[in-house]
Amino acid sequence: MPLTATAPYPVDEAEDASDKEYLYTLNFGPQHPATHTTLRLVLTLDGETIVKAVPHIGYLHSGFEKLGEDLDYNQYVTVVDRMNYISPIYNEVAWFNTVEKLMGIDLTPRCKYIRTIIGELARISDHLLCVGAAALDLGGITAFLYAFNLRERIYNIFETMAGQRFHPSYLRVGGLMIDVSESWIDQIRQFIPEFQKVHADVCRLLNRNRIFIDRTKGIGVLSKEEAINRGATGPVARASGVVRDVRKDEPYLAYKDFDFQVICSRGGDCLSRFTVRMEEMRESIKIVHQAVENLPAGGVNIDVDERITIPDKTATYRSIEGLIQHFELHMWNRRWTPPIEELYSAVEAPNGELGFYVVSDGEGKPYRARTRPPSFIHFAMFPLLVEGHQISDVPAVLGSLNIIAAELDR
Amino acid sequence: MSVDFLTTRFGADRFTTSKFRDNTRVHLAPEKLIEFLTALKNDAGYDMLAELTAVDYLHYPNATDRFGVLYGLSNTTTGERLWVKVMLNDPDPSIESVYPLWKGADWLEREVYDMFGIVFEGHPDLRRILLPDEFVAHPLRKDYPLRGRGERHNFPVLTRAEG
Amino acid sequence: MAVKFPDFIISKLDFLANQVRAHSLWPMPFATACCGIELMATASSRYDISRFGSEAMRFTPRQCDVMIVAGRVVMKMVPVMQRIWQQMPEPKWCISMGACASSGGVFDTYAVVQGIDRFIPVDVYVPGCPPRPEQLIRAVLDLQEKIKSGGTIDGRDFTARSKFEGPLKLVGDGNPAETMTVPGDYTTATRLQN
Repeated sequence: MPLTATAPYPVDEAEDASDKEYLYTLNFGPQHPATHTTLRLVLTLDGETIVKAVPHIGYLHSGFEKLGEDLDYNQYVTVVDRMNYISPIYNEVAWFNTVEKLMGIDLTPRCKYIRTIIGELARISDHLLCVGAAALDLGGITAFLYAFNLRERIYNIFETMAGQRFHPSYLRVGGLMIDVSESWIDQIRQFIPEFQKVHADVCRLLNRNRIFIDRTKGIGVLSKEEAINRGATGPVARASGVVRDVRKDEPYLAYKDFDFQVICSRGGDCLSRFTVRMEEMRESIKIVHQAVENLPAGGVNIDVDERITIPDKTATYRSIEGLIQHFELHMWNRRWTPPIEELYSAVEAPNGELGFYVVSDGEGKPYRARTRPPSFIHFAMFPLLVEGHQISDVPAVLGSLNIIAAELDR
Repeated sequence: MSVDFLTTRFGADRFTTSKFRDNTRVHLAPEKLIEFLTALKNDAGYDMLAELTAVDYLHYPNATDRFGVLYGLSNTTTGERLWVKVMLNDPDPSIESVYPLWKGADWLEREVYDMFGIVFEGHPDLRRILLPDEFVAHPLRKDYPLRGRGERHNFPVLTRAEG
Repeated sequence: MAVKFPDFIISKLDFLANQVRAHSLWPMPFATACCGIELMATASSRYDISRFGSEAMRFTPRQCDVMIVAGRVVMKMVPVMQRIWQQMPEPKWCISMGACASSGGVFDTYAVVQGIDRFIPVDVYVPGCPPRPEQLIRAVLDLQEKIKSGGTIDGRDFTARSKFEGPLKLVGDGNPAETMTVPGDYTTATRLQN
């Protein structure tokens, strides 16, 4: 199956005319220096100016949605982790938000607080990588190394809690895999001042950096009407003036208890998106601080009698009820019995509004598990943002949109 | 509230509604789709198309039609959501494209076409988006196996000597 | 080599070439998915891979020695991967990083290639989902040992590898009727239908 040489979209007869021969087609192939993995752009250039940009995607399409029909509600969390792979916990939070709403489960307060904390840490991790990669693509390697070093601290926290640096698969239906320890809380308390210092360092490197500002100010401007019409959400939309944050509009988990602000901007260009992300990190660390200081005691899994969560090993090995419940939830012909309905529920992932549309037919496996991928919808706006700019603006715009190929292609 | 708007605008006999947890759904016939969505966008304030997807109800209990196409609308000023559902059937399932209303429907409809084979009339460029152009089947249909039919290994092999 | 050197000179030249090549393996990061992030973490300051010679991660295949395929490779990407492999000049090696590149990993679906060694010759496999940076560094060290123990200055060992080295044909490979299904009609077993 060879690669097609030129893009036929949209079909434009005028391009073959002899007076358009000065236009040059460049393939910004699926393997390219900008760190945003496998996406392909076919650019039609007039000198250095981009006349038309046609994105081709699908170079990482792995059949996630088809897998969702084959794995049950707890097993699918491993696959959901691998969608937005720079903040995997938030995908788990989104998936279980929908599944638990479908089954009508209400979580324990401690579980909600812990999920909020790790979700906000994942948001910080995502924004750090986005800012770092944006700086790397524009040549500022130091900011990238600082950001990655701080992400290693976040990986340490995830490793203490779940055993894996990322893709922890830590959440389960009705609770968590295992409760957190005191050392985890101490690690987070140590992390907060480290974060403040590194955030200040990255701000000092980039905020008033002449090169960074020149390369991002006024580039890739997205107006508010276009953002709404094309379905932009998250930092991309908030940087264009759309005041919408699912954490405030439709609160889930424990966000109602915390005092934080929603960061918006009016510019709509790459610099606004960068600034929105930097400030959102500060708000996230505020939420983490408030949550860690007020963490409720108690259990993390909901009551065992409801037959929804997997009991812990002492109950499984030492009591008949625990053994039966373990059996019920793991054998392929038993598992859960959710209502035969369909449901959509969304959360505010670091990239935008991540929602899952789950159709259940009463069995332990979803009948259809659809992801509403923010990266997919943002990348569709890419031709609008980059046409008329120069070819060196392509990495700047790509970096500001935070396109994750696995979420784009699923 | 949006259901009241639709009732006053179009009359209660032209659509049905259902509600589950916090999702309000409106079920329509395919011919009325554009009329309803235009009214919802322009007059009821549902200015963002959050999601456009499809479900294949082939093995679903008590299913009457095969494909359901779902439109998730959201109101950015008040934060309300509404789901509009249209049912289609084999052979040749097709429906009008909502691209003139929301530009964001462009790639979402291409993906539904790629995965299910539902044709959107009036779409400016309906091609496969996620799978290679030479792929023939529509994988998310229920009669397509998870592991495929051998398309994934149909490539030439390079040994070390050939480099 | 056009001129016939005595064997002891060739072995000295081999040794010299192996030392030089092993200790300056410049990787070509073919990073597709999550393993790409661990590759970037390996290249960052905490688990610095440039301590072992992989100083420059050039994104152009023309300047690289080892192609690290990090992440799942889907069928749309296989021709791209093969073309990049062919663009790399000799001597070149390949590290398959992660479970998805080595065997398909979690994704046994219609789109993901079940192991890149079906289409590309692989030298070192790194298991893990994603592998820790220390595992990737271990893979680079293993590759260095492999080069030092068997490499040649003119690539005789590469031209000798003309057989397919990938997985053998399994029974029922890709045939959906013969893949594993749960036994019996599980919809009627033990659970009462109401």
